[in-house]
Amino acid sequence: MANVSLTNLHKSFDRTEAVCGINLEIADNEFVVLVGPSGCGKSTTLRMIAGLEEITEGDIRIGGGLVNDVPPKDRNIAMVFQNYALYPHMTVFQNMSFGLRLRKYPKDEIQRLVGDAAEVLGITELLQRRPKQLSGGQRQRVAMGRAIVRNPQVFLFDEPLSNLDAKLRGQMRIEIKRVHQHLKTTTVYVTHDQVEAMTLADRVVVMNNGLIEQVGTPSELYHQPKTHFVAGFIGSPAMNFLNCKLFKDSGSLAVSVGDILKLQMPADRNTRYEPYLGRDLVLGIRPEHVHEKRAGNEVQTEVKVNFIEPLGMETMVYFTVNGVELCGRVSPEADPRPGQTAVLSFDAGKSHLIDPETNQVL
Amino acid sequence: MTVGVAVRGLPERAPSVRRGRFYLWLRRRSTIAVMMCFPLLAIITCLVAYPFAYSIYLSMLNKAETAFVGFGNFLFLFKRETFWLVVQQSILFALVAVIFKALIGLIAAHAVNTIPSKGQRKWRGMMMVPWVIPPALSTLGWWWLFEPTYSAFNWLLAEFAVPAVPWLSDVFWARFSVILVNVWVGAPFFLIMYLASLKSIPEDLYEAASIDGASAWQKLFHVTLPMMRNIIAITVLFSIIVTFANFDIVRVLTQGGPRNSTHLFATYAFRVGIESGDIPLGAAVSLFMFPALAILSFVILRNVRQRTVNI
Ligand SMILES: Nc1ncnc2c1ncn2[C@@H]1O[C@H](COP(=O)(O)OP(=O)(O)OP(=O)(O)O)[C@@H](O)[C@H]1O
Ligand SMILES: [Mg+2]
Repeated sequence: MANVSLTNLHKSFDRTEAVCGINLEIADNEFVVLVGPSGCGKSTTLRMIAGLEEITEGDIRIGGGLVNDVPPKDRNIAMVFQNYALYPHMTVFQNMSFGLRLRKYPKDEIQRLVGDAAEVLGITELLQRRPKQLSGGQRQRVAMGRAIVRNPQVFLFDEPLSNLDAKLRGQMRIEIKRVHQHLKTTTVYVTHDQVEAMTLADRVVVMNNGLIEQVGTPSELYHQPKTHFVAGFIGSPAMNFLNCKLFKDSGSLAVSVGDILKLQMPADRNTRYEPYLGRDLVLGIRPEHVHEKRAGNEVQTEVKVNFIEPLGMETMVYFTVNGVELCGRVSPEADPRPGQTAVLSFDAGKSHLIDPETNQVL
Repeated sequence: MTVGVAVRGLPERAPSVRRGRFYLWLRRRSTIAVMMCFPLLAIITCLVAYPFAYSIYLSMLNKAETAFVGFGNFLFLFKRETFWLVVQQSILFALVAVIFKALIGLIAAHAVNTIPSKGQRKWRGMMMVPWVIPPALSTLGWWWLFEPTYSAFNWLLAEFAVPAVPWLSDVFWARFSVILVNVWVGAPFFLIMYLASLKSIPEDLYEAASIDGASAWQKLFHVTLPMMRNIIAITVLFSIIVTFANFDIVRVLTQGGPRNSTHLFATYAFRVGIESGDIPLGAAVSLFMFPALAILSFVILRNVRQRTVNI
């Protein structure tokens, strides 16, 4: 097992720059998830760690040793591919033991290791089948089995669950978590599914356009996003964004959205926000912080409901403020109706202010 | 063919529309299938079945085609040394040529596959040239390269002070030359089949293999070749048939000489039947190809069926 460190990592394909300078320290035993929109360079980064892609610039260290020019087979890593990449002409046993056989492990050792891995993943009775004869979930397990038998220093996963249906994905997510708790191998996991990212990761790395936007625990990313992008990317439904202006209102700071909405900012943020007085900013507020009237001194506004999404436990309401469609999350008892007005509270204390020039959260 | 399979009628029509039995018979899928296959069946009958049956009939006549001699011609052939020489040479020719075609095709396919796709078309096109030129024509070109008086090869060898090689007049070199030309003509077919098959192997299998610790050779033996198994088997078997039945290269290059050492079944049948005027004996020679080719074809077809079930 080992730590992984990426220093000023760059990758260019011909003219396009896929990864533009990444710095990341992954601790031993850590489960790190790279998440971001399609084309942001997640796979490219992972493949550079695996050694499948040449590094244009920068350094990769695994367990302290520089591996820039080390071929994949000597990096002692294992990778699970999106399409599983199982050898179709080999049985499950042969697939899982291929790496061991190439490394000339003794026969009984191979039997034992493959048997153990198969046991962990519950695929013992599939060992003599071919990949063709397996379901998607079973293939996924075999691909993981092939990765864990060698007991590598680092596991790399590239969207391993994206070919599975929602239910199976949930099951396999738990499986992966269980395997990691069992083996504790350092893991780098790529996905564009933020639920996977939030549930699996010790730390999540949010990437955009070949750069890291923010690194943090799932809860840090959710509650203290550092950039506009992270604020919008993490959370579903996405955070609401409104253009607003910061002004002084009888000693404390407040933002106004058009002349419809005025939110008092908490006093402890005064020093942080002071320099931006009078500026045009973006207000970000999550749907769950826009809810029906509750006890407390939140700002209440009457809005016209466009449509609703009852989810049972709660109801999402969509309404327009200042020309922007927003989403709120109310309890079903409030019983909002499309086309009617509803009184909603904005939890200003949970909101964020974003500087539109730098896209940083203030 | 679907003839035997589709016996079900078309879905029932609304009962109000009453049609004649003949119309319904015409509309049956099996009827339509047979009718659509008819032109092909007719062509096969005229060009294959009839000559085949006729040659069986011919092979049982005497030289003057006046008397029926049963298996006399065949028994006569068994006693001829030349005939056994032809059997030997046909097998040697087919096996050696196919092995080299397959090997060269495989190597060339790998080489072309590593060329970036922009420049690849041009190379593919150039490598297909030997296969596209009518072999009788290109073999004439080769004959000119080998031919003793003006041999370009010997001229080149002379430049390096190597003594001239009797390309077409020595038994070994004549056999070598006909195989060489056959390989030259046939290798591009393997190249194109193998290239297509190489391209269909998913890239991530190689990536998985390199992470599993495979070297380039190990990838070839554990990923590429097993994945190409099907295509290799089919092309090799197919090519054995075609090579075994070859005529034009030997005919143009050596006419079977020296001392009948390069004759194949087809050229020997031509020599005996047409040139020496013993048509029944020639027919008997050519019929000897039939069991060999029938067995090979059977193997191919069974192979293809099995593999499509397995993989
Ligand atoms: N082999 C390649 N040649 C040229 N450009 C490439 C190549 N591989 C990736 N790219 C480009 O690099 C960028 C990043 O690609 P990458 O595959 O890392 O994205 P990703 O974050 O994994 O996206 P996804 O979620 O869709 O898998 C993309 O713009 C892509 O077009
Ligand atoms: Mg990707």
